[in-house]
Amino acid sequence: MPAVVQITDLHKYYNGREVVRGIDLHVPAGRCFGLLGPNGAGKTTTLRLLLGQSPVSGGEISVFGLPIPAAGRAVRARTGVVPQTDNLDPDFTVAENLRVYGRYFGISVATLDTRIRDLLEFVGLTDRAEARIATLSGGMKRRLTIARALVNEPELVVLDEPTTGLDPQVRHMIWGRLRDLRQAGKTLLLTTHYMEEAERLCDELVIMDQGRILEQGTPAALIKKHVEPEVIEVRGEEHLARQALQSDGDGRFEAVGDTYYYYTRDARAVVKRLEDVPGLTFLHRPANLEDVFLKLTGRELRD
Amino acid sequence: MTVLYLPRFRTAALAVWRRNTLVWRKLAGPSIIINFGEPFLYLLGLGYGLGLFIGEMMNMPYLTFLASGILASSAMNTASFEAMFSVFTRMIPQKTYEAILTTPLEVQDILAGEMLWCATKCVVSGTAILIVGALLGAVHDWHALWVPLVLFLVGLCFSGMGLVITAFAPGYDFFNYYVTLVLTPMFILSGVFYPVTSLPTALQSLVQLLPLSHAVDLIRPLVAGLPLSNVVLHLLVLAGYGLAGYLTAVHLTRRRLLV
Repeated sequence: MPAVVQITDLHKYYNGREVVRGIDLHVPAGRCFGLLGPNGAGKTTTLRLLLGQSPVSGGEISVFGLPIPAAGRAVRARTGVVPQTDNLDPDFTVAENLRVYGRYFGISVATLDTRIRDLLEFVGLTDRAEARIATLSGGMKRRLTIARALVNEPELVVLDEPTTGLDPQVRHMIWGRLRDLRQAGKTLLLTTHYMEEAERLCDELVIMDQGRILEQGTPAALIKKHVEPEVIEVRGEEHLARQALQSDGDGRFEAVGDTYYYYTRDARAVVKRLEDVPGLTFLHRPANLEDVFLKLTGRELRD
Repeated sequence: MTVLYLPRFRTAALAVWRRNTLVWRKLAGPSIIINFGEPFLYLLGLGYGLGLFIGEMMNMPYLTFLASGILASSAMNTASFEAMFSVFTRMIPQKTYEAILTTPLEVQDILAGEMLWCATKCVVSGTAILIVGALLGAVHDWHALWVPLVLFLVGLCFSGMGLVITAFAPGYDFFNYYVTLVLTPMFILSGVFYPVTSLPTALQSLVQLLPLSHAVDLIRPLVAGLPLSNVVLHLLVLAGYGLAGYLTAVHLTRRRLLV
């Protein structure tokens, strides 16, 4: 499959520290591709590098087959960008933001007018067209930023943590819109640290940590490869939990704060036993991407 | 190592210019009142008040002398303040440039657009001063119609310089150094209020190196209806400062924003 983004052995030093340490990435056309990682993994830096917004320290990047940073202008003309923090223009209204931004791409006024109408409808902001940016909620700003990223009808849409800090309704709405875009044949490249988001949206993803790629694959394949299919989370007295969980010897036990995790192929026996232990509460669930993520990147805090 | 970047002008810069005119249009009312009100006060208060004691200066009424000086110095202030405070706001707290840099535009287009906008603002406010001056009888020649064109160049010159300061300003307070150490001395010494020739010789040559005196030397004869001299030199000094400022600012701003 032709690659929309092709990155080979990418390195980036920042203030003498190597923040991207030899990344290879191949983003196929028409897919939703995720970069997953804790804070400081190098996700945002990688996006900046591939947009030509930051000098590369080593390695090669091409987008649409064009070299970065040399062809930065041409690549950005065909790309939509949703940055991590909103940078809408506070001097303008909702519609004006789209119009002014569209002019940076050299789009004609007539084309812009119809496009703005469609985009506002797409993100549900038609009735706020004349509102000032300061009067919008966080979710509305985010939706407008997504509309803005689409004003040049991009082939590739790059989204840096598109739903961080939003309420569940807005997140679901945005997820729906992103699926629409993928359906329409656009390539999506997004960073996130929400496992649920990655699992729902991404056809394929890489897990990054400390400037390196640890794993790559579809969400289901990664779960299958790295963790047992069933998980039991237990809360309560540690010795009771250990006793109930470890006596069967088949699974993997892990203590994180006041929660004990038990990963196993077959949880039936353990669940039965736990039901009889007073003072313990537990949750039995299928393994998910978060389990993979925590296993690969560790459980210590990242700031 | 960053190689020095040699930018070429692209029409993309006009999108930035257009953005700023759109913002300005929203606040045009108060801004036009200030454009007319301020020179009116200056020329009436200083021109008539001082003019009463001074009478003539360099073969022209003091009001004419002062009006031409104010035309040049107000363009300096307009361009400098826009290139510092407003550009800094768009560059850092407001993150306007961060958004623009995800479009095909690059730093050199943004700064070129900003300079064109600063120069445009100088033409608008300068034309207001010219009208007030004409109404008060300070303008003596139709050649004064060339003044807006000169002001455009003066605007490019001082916005280029201002952008350099903005490129490494950590915050708004930093601009006070430039205002106090560069702009204010230039305002006092460059022949706005009295002829440069009345300064000590050493100081005169120093003032000749600064752009404001060249702006004054171009504008004053046009307003007073006197013959121009050294036109090419004056134009070259203004353009030179502007271009050097622009190239330096592009280099520094790229280093600041593209990390």
